[in-house]
Amino acid sequence: MSVGAKALAIGCATALAIVLVALYIVDFLAATPSTVKAASAPGGARLTLQTVASYGHSPHPDWVSYLVQDGGGKWHHTTVFKVPAHSLVHVTIYQYDTATGLRNPFWSQVRGTVGGSMTVDGKTMNALNPDLASHTFAIPDMGISVPLKGVADDAKNQCSVAPCPLSQAHTTVTFTFRTGKPGKYRWQCFVPCAASFIFGNGGPMQSPGWMDGYLVVA
Amino acid sequence: MASEALPSGGPPERVHGRRLFVIWAALTVVGVLLIVFVAGPHMPPGNFSQEARDQRHINILLAALAVPVLFGVWTCLAYIFTTFRQGEGELQDGPPVRGHPRLQVVWVVATAAIVLSLGAFGTEELLGSAKGAGGGQGPDPLAVPAGQKVQVQVIGQQWAWTFRYPAYGGVETSQLALPEGQTTELHVTSLDVSHSFWAIQLGVKADAIPGNDNVAFVTPRHTGSFEIRCAELCGLWHGHMHNTGVVMTQAGFAAWIKQQQAANAPATKTLPPYSTHYFPDPIRRAG
Repeated sequence: MSVGAKALAIGCATALAIVLVALYIVDFLAATPSTVKAASAPGGARLTLQTVASYGHSPHPDWVSYLVQDGGGKWHHTTVFKVPAHSLVHVTIYQYDTATGLRNPFWSQVRGTVGGSMTVDGKTMNALNPDLASHTFAIPDMGISVPLKGVADDAKNQCSVAPCPLSQAHTTVTFTFRTGKPGKYRWQCFVPCAASFIFGNGGPMQSPGWMDGYLVVA
Repeated sequence: MASEALPSGGPPERVHGRRLFVIWAALTVVGVLLIVFVAGPHMPPGNFSQEARDQRHINILLAALAVPVLFGVWTCLAYIFTTFRQGEGELQDGPPVRGHPRLQVVWVVATAAIVLSLGAFGTEELLGSAKGAGGGQGPDPLAVPAGQKVQVQVIGQQWAWTFRYPAYGGVETSQLALPEGQTTELHVTSLDVSHSFWAIQLGVKADAIPGNDNVAFVTPRHTGSFEIRCAELCGLWHGHMHNTGVVMTQAGFAAWIKQQQAANAPATKTLPPYSTHYFPDPIRRAG
């Protein structure tokens, strides 16, 4: 092979490698879960979520996850929610997962909601026994944190494939919070709920679209 | 200039040496003065705490010590490149180098003296100052300041810092507040992976390791706010693991801690007894 041909081959291979790396990076950066707009409600918006012990579909059928319902009642597997600024957001979370327990009981208290409270199956509470927590819905930069009570371990009719219907075992948690200025606020679960990962912190805990996401206030 | 500096026919070696010394000395004097009096007052981490002030003094000293070395290298290189550049049309080897024992001895002795002096100085700052210079000293600190201290536990977890005050009923808060003018004993730990507690303007940086109690001391000098960040890559939201701390007057701190005790009472009831470290439980299902 001539020197020119060698140089051309090396140049082409290098260019191909650069293109592949660039595509990988762009794909990684652009792979954000889709955004679902919260339904309109008097004075603001209504956000309806559910947590499931196992998503039940590819790519990770055994991962724990959040789902969100759009204004038309359809469930979406995403954790990016859009809500209006300077408004009340009424949240309902259908909790289908069993309890893991809080690593830090600090998060057992309801913080940042209207009245500093939530309702669990209709009962008003300002804190939860940390051992009963299955997940939390926390937006640290807004000072909001709500512990979510898990379904009893021996509950019948437990759900294992999302989206879960209300006919299956669940607890219903409601609360209201007020949004401030527009921005993109991260939210997360503070329960180490990622089964089979070290200390429960890997997999879905480290992946937007599962147990972490953004609240887009616009 | 170039032809004058050629090995054949140029000035004797000592003339070059004298010139080099004069240039180096002038640059060094200017550089050290600039470092000490112009850049020094703006060097991090600032003047917020006793530890931060000490660190800034150390940064100024190290920068000032680096100036002669830096200008020594730069001056030599610049002088050699410009003065001993080979002229056009000629192509000849440089004179053979056969060593210079006196220069080598001076070089080894001088650099050893600088390194050993800095080692002694660093040890004195860490231990002799009885403050530990704001760094985490592990569970059994060697440098412990005298007098009464406020104890605060810094708890890292993915991805938030919380702060526990054992002397105030073990209340845990999401904001760090410290009293002005009083030494605080920080016990840094983690509930999951490794984090690093960095209170930037206070000059405090201590690793947060699960199952470990890393002790650091800080004495804030005035009221104000400071940034807190995680300085150890700890997962998805590492970049969001930040917070703002506050230094308050002693009266302000007393009022604030009372308010926190009331506001966090529901959670305080559920907290485990205060401990210098916590193991990553529960793992009912996870892990």
